[in-house]
Amino acid sequence: MKVNLNDFGIVLAVIGATLAALIPGIASAKAVSKGGIAGAGVITEDPSLFGKVLILQLLPGTQGIYGLLIAFITFSQIGVLGGSGDISFAKGLLYFAACMPMIIVGYSSAIRQSNASIASMGVVAKKPDQFGKAMIFPAMVETYAILALLISMLAVNGISGLNI
Amino acid sequence: MALLQMQRIYIYALNKDRKKILDLLQRREVVEVRSMLKEDSVFRRTEESLSVQDFEKNIAIAGEALTILDTYEKEDKSLLSALKGRKELPLEVFDSFSEKYDSVLDKAKRIIYLSKSIAEAKAEILKLQTQIEILTPWVRLDIPLNFKGTKYTSSFIGALPRTWTLEELYEQLAEYMPLDINIVSSSKEQTCIFILCTKDNKDRVFETLRGMDFILPSITTDISPAEQLSKLKDQFELSELNINAAVEEIMSYVKDREDLYFLQDYDAMRIEKYDVIGQLLQSNNVFIVTGFIPKKDGEAIKDELTSSFDLVVELTEPRKKDDVPILYKNNGFSEPLEGTVSSYSPPGKGEMDPTMVMSLFYYLLFGLMLSDAGYGFLIAIGCGLALFKFRGTMERSMKNTLKMYMYCGIATVFWGIVFGSYFGDIFDIVGSTFFEVTDLPVIPPLWFFPVEKPMLMLTFSMGFGIVHLLTGLAMSGYQMAMKKDYKGIIYDVGLWFVLLISGIVLLLSMKMVTDILGINVTMSDRVIDIATILFGLSAIAIILTNGRESKNPFKRILKGLYALYGISGYLSDVLSYSRLLALGLATGVIGSVINQMAAMTAGGLLGPIIFTIIVIMGHALNLGINALGAYVHTNRLQYVEFFGKFYEGGGSVFKPFKINTKYFKVKENAK
Repeated sequence: MKVNLNDFGIVLAVIGATLAALIPGIASAKAVSKGGIAGAGVITEDPSLFGKVLILQLLPGTQGIYGLLIAFITFSQIGVLGGSGDISFAKGLLYFAACMPMIIVGYSSAIRQSNASIASMGVVAKKPDQFGKAMIFPAMVETYAILALLISMLAVNGISGLNI
Repeated sequence: MALLQMQRIYIYALNKDRKKILDLLQRREVVEVRSMLKEDSVFRRTEESLSVQDFEKNIAIAGEALTILDTYEKEDKSLLSALKGRKELPLEVFDSFSEKYDSVLDKAKRIIYLSKSIAEAKAEILKLQTQIEILTPWVRLDIPLNFKGTKYTSSFIGALPRTWTLEELYEQLAEYMPLDINIVSSSKEQTCIFILCTKDNKDRVFETLRGMDFILPSITTDISPAEQLSKLKDQFELSELNINAAVEEIMSYVKDREDLYFLQDYDAMRIEKYDVIGQLLQSNNVFIVTGFIPKKDGEAIKDELTSSFDLVVELTEPRKKDDVPILYKNNGFSEPLEGTVSSYSPPGKGEMDPTMVMSLFYYLLFGLMLSDAGYGFLIAIGCGLALFKFRGTMERSMKNTLKMYMYCGIATVFWGIVFGSYFGDIFDIVGSTFFEVTDLPVIPPLWFFPVEKPMLMLTFSMGFGIVHLLTGLAMSGYQMAMKKDYKGIIYDVGLWFVLLISGIVLLLSMKMVTDILGINVTMSDRVIDIATILFGLSAIAIILTNGRESKNPFKRILKGLYALYGISGYLSDVLSYSRLLALGLATGVIGSVINQMAAMTAGGLLGPIIFTIIVIMGHALNLGINALGAYVHTNRLQYVEFFGKFYEGGGSVFKPFKINTKYFKVKENAK
């Protein structure tokens, strides 16, 4: 049997896309659950803080969504969601590489962000009126997830135009 | 874009008018009481913490009573009741409440006592129930359970596991005749027996029974089980009656709920008042109120007080050292964002109120990040309707929050139309799935689709960021002008403006940069030359001047170099605005994903229904998550990038002596 290397282009691209949905998703689930555990503790003390604590809990949940976004854009570019799946080996590898920033940064930033979120919940529990400041700390971490999203998104978009 | 001017106020009045004067000040809500004078041999402060503790305890009692009432009859609180605000009551109701106070407090205590007695009675019923359960198998026995036998006989009353017949029992104990064995009751689990034997056989009978796992009943009675049972049942009924009576009594207090809420408010007001009294300087006949008052209210309060009481009011300008409280004054467009500024930090001494300038960018940034006309429409309409429905009664803070989101929603609609996003691409999807429309897009964007030209969108985002940052820098210059720091305006603001703008021109003249951004810029060589010269000159000038607070020339140059290195900060600040693209695209793309998923199910008879359900659920989720993201990151851009250029904060917000109630407020007749 003769193996055509170019048949594996789409395989690599799909692996990249699914990992982008998978890994940041796992991290976000972990991060949100950590936040939920800490948040539940705050709520037992003062149930009126629910809204604020919920926001802090949800902040590290966005990485999973960004990952999903990259996965979706990749799928639609490579023709998995309708269209032709004719992709060269090199292009498949490029798609795989393009997903990498979101996969890796998405994973690690979600976990780190939940640590910041939990610390901010401590602030909110003691000084509910300082919520505005407390919210910024986890938001700072998210910047890097957004940058990774941006690069992955631009890269995936750009690769479709390459002629290889 | 302003803060209200404050004045110091001193009120010297007689102790006999104290209650009335303080009540008036509390209702007017214009004076923040601060201690400004020192104690001396005549004027002293008094300690009021004991009565405050009492009030706090009473608030807790009323609160507990209300929770109890709630468990018996749920108060119908709709989601919207939070929007309604406090109920207005005339002043007389507030004044006359002191007569009712004790009776209301007694009612609260009575409710707590009743709920306690209900809990006790319920525990008693549980105890009685287990006793009744134990006794029921013995009900046919007509002697007491603790019957031990007569002079010549011994009796055994107890239970054996599983079912036993009379024959089986006689078989087991045959050698100890004469015997009388009675089976009182029998079931699968146990057989209750009564055995009478002669006294000399007592021990051996007992041994045999023990071998059969004989156990004594877990309760004993002096009267026959039947009698005992009827007694227990009487007690049971009595407890139930008690519970019913108590519940009924509690229910009769449901109508007093308002009074209990009122009691909490009344005591909250008194706590506030006693806190203030604790700060007053008092002699035997005179007391002094000191504090801050907005200049616009000063004269009015002075006239009102002097016309009705014997007192002296003195208004003076704040001293240099005073930590003057901040009261914002903004128009309806910017006012909703005062809270956002305060939650960063209220303006410090000599700083301007950034709310007005910030509000312009705030709404636009939020809109750019959510950038969907459909979502924006929902937010704006929802907030607008709530604002309209409760326009008369809504609390100010709630009103401001809703107004803020309404403006954010309007900005979102604007950007949504510019970038052609309506619930993702709902019109295209519905059109092509159900109506076979081929002329897509149904509604073309006013400008372009960010998904199709992401680099252009990135350029636009960063351009928007540059405008935002330069505005921040300009604000810094304005602030220096107010402080008359003219050197600072030239060195720290002017030079940076020249440096940054010429830097941008130079960047745009490079082919590499324009290629990356995908834009075409044509500039004459002349412009580029001028920009190069200006860039070089301003950089040198910054190195020379930005370390000017150091005398040592060597140190000065080093500090200047470090200041110039701050240009990398501008670079990362501008890049930070790429989140506008990322979050904006995220909303649009997730919206389209939802629409596509829904379109996949659209075939068949049930198709349109499933389609609608998926669309509604999906977009609700997308709206929630992305509105949260837009809110958080708008705040971040304002706090970190924008405020970082000019704003420090550190002031304290004006906290007037006021009626800080939760449920009711005073309806003023005339002011």
